[in-house]
Amino acid sequence: MPAVAPERLADVFVEVADTLVDDFDLIEFLELVTTRGAELVGAGAAGLLLADHNGQLQFMAGTDEVTRLLELFQVQAREGPCLDCFTSGSPVVNADLSDTGEQWPLFAPRAVDVGFRSVHAIPLRLRGTVIGALNLFSADVGRLRSEDVHVVQALADVATIGLLQERAIHRGEVLAEQLQRALNSRVVIEQAKGAIAQLHGMSVDEAFALLRGYARSRQLRLGDVAQSVVSDPSGIGDLAVS
Amino acid sequence: MAEGRVAHVRSLVAGEPPDVPGQSPLVDWLRRLCRAAVRDLPVTGAGVSLTAEGGVPGVAAASDRTLAALEELQVTVGEGPCIDAFSWHRPVLAADLTDGARTRWPGYAPAALEHGLRAVFALPLQIGAAQLGVLTLYRDRPGALPADDLALALTFAEVAVSTIVDGQALVQPGESAGGLDAALEHRHELYQAQGMVMVQLGVDLGEAMVRLRAYAYRHDRPLGEVAGDVVDGGLRLAADHGR
Repeated sequence: MPAVAPERLADVFVEVADTLVDDFDLIEFLELVTTRGAELVGAGAAGLLLADHNGQLQFMAGTDEVTRLLELFQVQAREGPCLDCFTSGSPVVNADLSDTGEQWPLFAPRAVDVGFRSVHAIPLRLRGTVIGALNLFSADVGRLRSEDVHVVQALADVATIGLLQERAIHRGEVLAEQLQRALNSRVVIEQAKGAIAQLHGMSVDEAFALLRGYARSRQLRLGDVAQSVVSDPSGIGDLAVS
Repeated sequence: MAEGRVAHVRSLVAGEPPDVPGQSPLVDWLRRLCRAAVRDLPVTGAGVSLTAEGGVPGVAAASDRTLAALEELQVTVGEGPCIDAFSWHRPVLAADLTDGARTRWPGYAPAALEHGLRAVFALPLQIGAAQLGVLTLYRDRPGALPADDLALALTFAEVAVSTIVDGQALVQPGESAGGLDAALEHRHELYQAQGMVMVQLGVDLGEAMVRLRAYAYRHDRPLGEVAGDVVDGGLRLAADHGR
């Protein structure tokens, strides 16, 4: 894998920082972080999970549907790189999926089935507390070097900063407030996907694309559009004609 | 891990004796939940406010009268932790009402202090955009809830949510009956199904979850599986189903 060009690196961090305006949409922000994280290290896909108050990981953002299902599968099977990374707080790097059948007897074959050869997981950390993990999947054998790991860790740190929004988080209570809000905002998106899919007779993924396209074209926040969709389903008709 | 904590809270609530007869089972159960919260968390009072049709939450159950008075006050002055938790869709944790809270809630904070409250923790009862109410915990001395207690408090809120959705008739205390919290691993599909049923039946989101849950119960099937069938398009709840 080629080293990340400094210019590209600078561009990505500027782009990500640029989305951290006062009123940014959290899910859009996390989707951007996962997409750019995957691109930076030449991984095919990425997904991001956050822990709820029970320490149960919840899917927050991913580059595509396959990744979303793979992330949910890890949570369901209670094994996989994301869970290991979350539990240990240390990155999982260059895990070869053809060689991790013992470590992850359920997850490894599943990931291979959908075309991945290697996987990495980077913790989302806030001063010693691990709040989630970023997963990177690649169709090639992993060759992430330590400098690449630093880059992805930096991106994961930016994700944590964006997520928690407050400059001086020294109290656990603020962390809990923000995390709950974040987790709930993902739930609203899923509810809106279902409502749109039902109304237009499309798949939930098509519904998500429609929802996102609508929000972007009108420069509205994804979460706000999702919220108005579920508050007043009769307004959903407008989404289709956009 | 998650199931363990939920089961633990359910057994704490089941361990509380039933209330005076004549209450609706849901209110009785929520009162027991409030009393269990006071017993097992470092708080002096707890209350559940439920949303009336699209409005602000009104008190449904409380461990004592103070909370009922204060919740009413919040509605009157139009401000307070419970109202903020509701409008911001997130917990509002005020560890010391003498510290900054007076500017945040100029009407509510002095009155709460006068009633002997020093810290208030308001946890929204919600599933995404479906807002069911707020669980309010308070105590007579300042200080944040330690992380473990906060996690337990959030689990109390989680159990309150599934109780409200599962409905008073369906679930006996201490028994989850394959309810909301048993569907943990299929949550995304569950939420998508909730949105779909909302449109199918022309009901609101909260009602959509109740219908899904009732369908699963009547057909003795896991909720997650029913949600999967709805999302795949194979299952469409009839308008008269589920009740």
